Amino acid sequence: MTPMVDLAFLLVTFFMLTTKFRPEEPVPVDIPPSESKMTLPDLHIMTITVAPDGRVFLDVQQKGVRQGWASKMNEQFKLQLTEDEINTFSNLSSFGVPMNQLKGYLDLSASDRKAFKQPGIPIDSAHNELGDYILYARLAAENNLNVAIKGDRDADYKVVRDVIKIVQDKPNGINNFNLITTLAAGPPK
Amino acid sequence: MSEVSSEGGGGGKHKGGKPKGKKQSTHIDMTPMVDLAFLLLTFFMLTTSFSKPKIMQIIMPEKPKDTTQQKKINQDDVMNLLVGPKDRLFYYIGLHFDQVVSTTYGVDGIQKILMDPKFKSNPRFMVLIKATPDSKYKNIVNMFDIMRITDTRLYALVDITDKEKELISKVPGSN
Repeated sequence: MTPMVDLAFLLVTFFMLTTKFRPEEPVPVDIPPSESKMTLPDLHIMTITVAPDGRVFLDVQQKGVRQGWASKMNEQFKLQLTEDEINTFSNLSSFGVPMNQLKGYLDLSASDRKAFKQPGIPIDSAHNELGDYILYARLAAENNLNVAIKGDRDADYKVVRDVIKIVQDKPNGINNFNLITTLAAGPPK
Repeated sequence: MSEVSSEGGGGGKHKGGKPKGKKQSTHIDMTPMVDLAFLLLTFFMLTTSFSKPKIMQIIMPEKPKDTTQQKKINQDDVMNLLVGPKDRLFYYIGLHFDQVVSTTYGVDGIQKILMDPKFKSNPRFMVLIKATPDSKYKNIVNMFDIMRITDTRLYALVDITDKEKELISKVPGSN
């Protein structure tokens, strides 16, 4: 008995110390398989999620960067966010709301926010908010931020192409980015 | 559980001739603690994301500032891969074309074509990947993967032209 308990607690401690909680995702995304063996780094990554229905979400995991990001966006685009809302923002994970809805979204209670169907970040050329979001996140991270695109297998290429265009276009001009994939079980079909 | 073991331990001592009840058993019932331990263990095991996602690095060419300085490509060096809707794949070779050939993503399809010594021996061989807007993202990832598997050095993701779209729609079974 005692050895078993010892082992159980050892495992508990191990898991407690090594766990990083799975970030909450607004939409389940089924990532496509590939043979690539490079793993996604933990830091300095900005994830652009493309949902199967074509909505686009953004995420930066580092709290400090998110804080700076929100304040910079707030200043630039007069979003009228309060200190509290900026704090809420820095504790969130992936989000997909246009700038004019950001304040309202952050004011929601945690459960309401979960139930709220986020419209996704606009990517059309008339309201290219994704480009602005990316630009200010990179400013907040002092340019030390890599872009990773996490697309659903069944997302239309059109949306992914638009996202890549925005990432590549001025003022971002990132030509070097990553696609998040999962390890393929067998040879690709 | 623990009671069984404590009785077992006590039983051994009884036979040794110790008087009954004089010494209190030092064993405590650990069952609730063990329950808790396993509950936590299960919780952490289930919430941990173990397998980290993999990434595929994509380096896109920089936008040319001066198009007149771009090198012209030899038309025999170019293969165009057209990624169509419904997991369809087409290709043609060269720059001037009036029909596209249908193929598959499998080992016997495009991978075999790309491994052809005719292309492998050409250091300037280049693949242009063009996808229709209604093709799926997984097909593109698959395409990049095949480029890596077949060790194709030069490839690029390029916008599809209207003529190519039209030719794809003409291939039987693509609609």
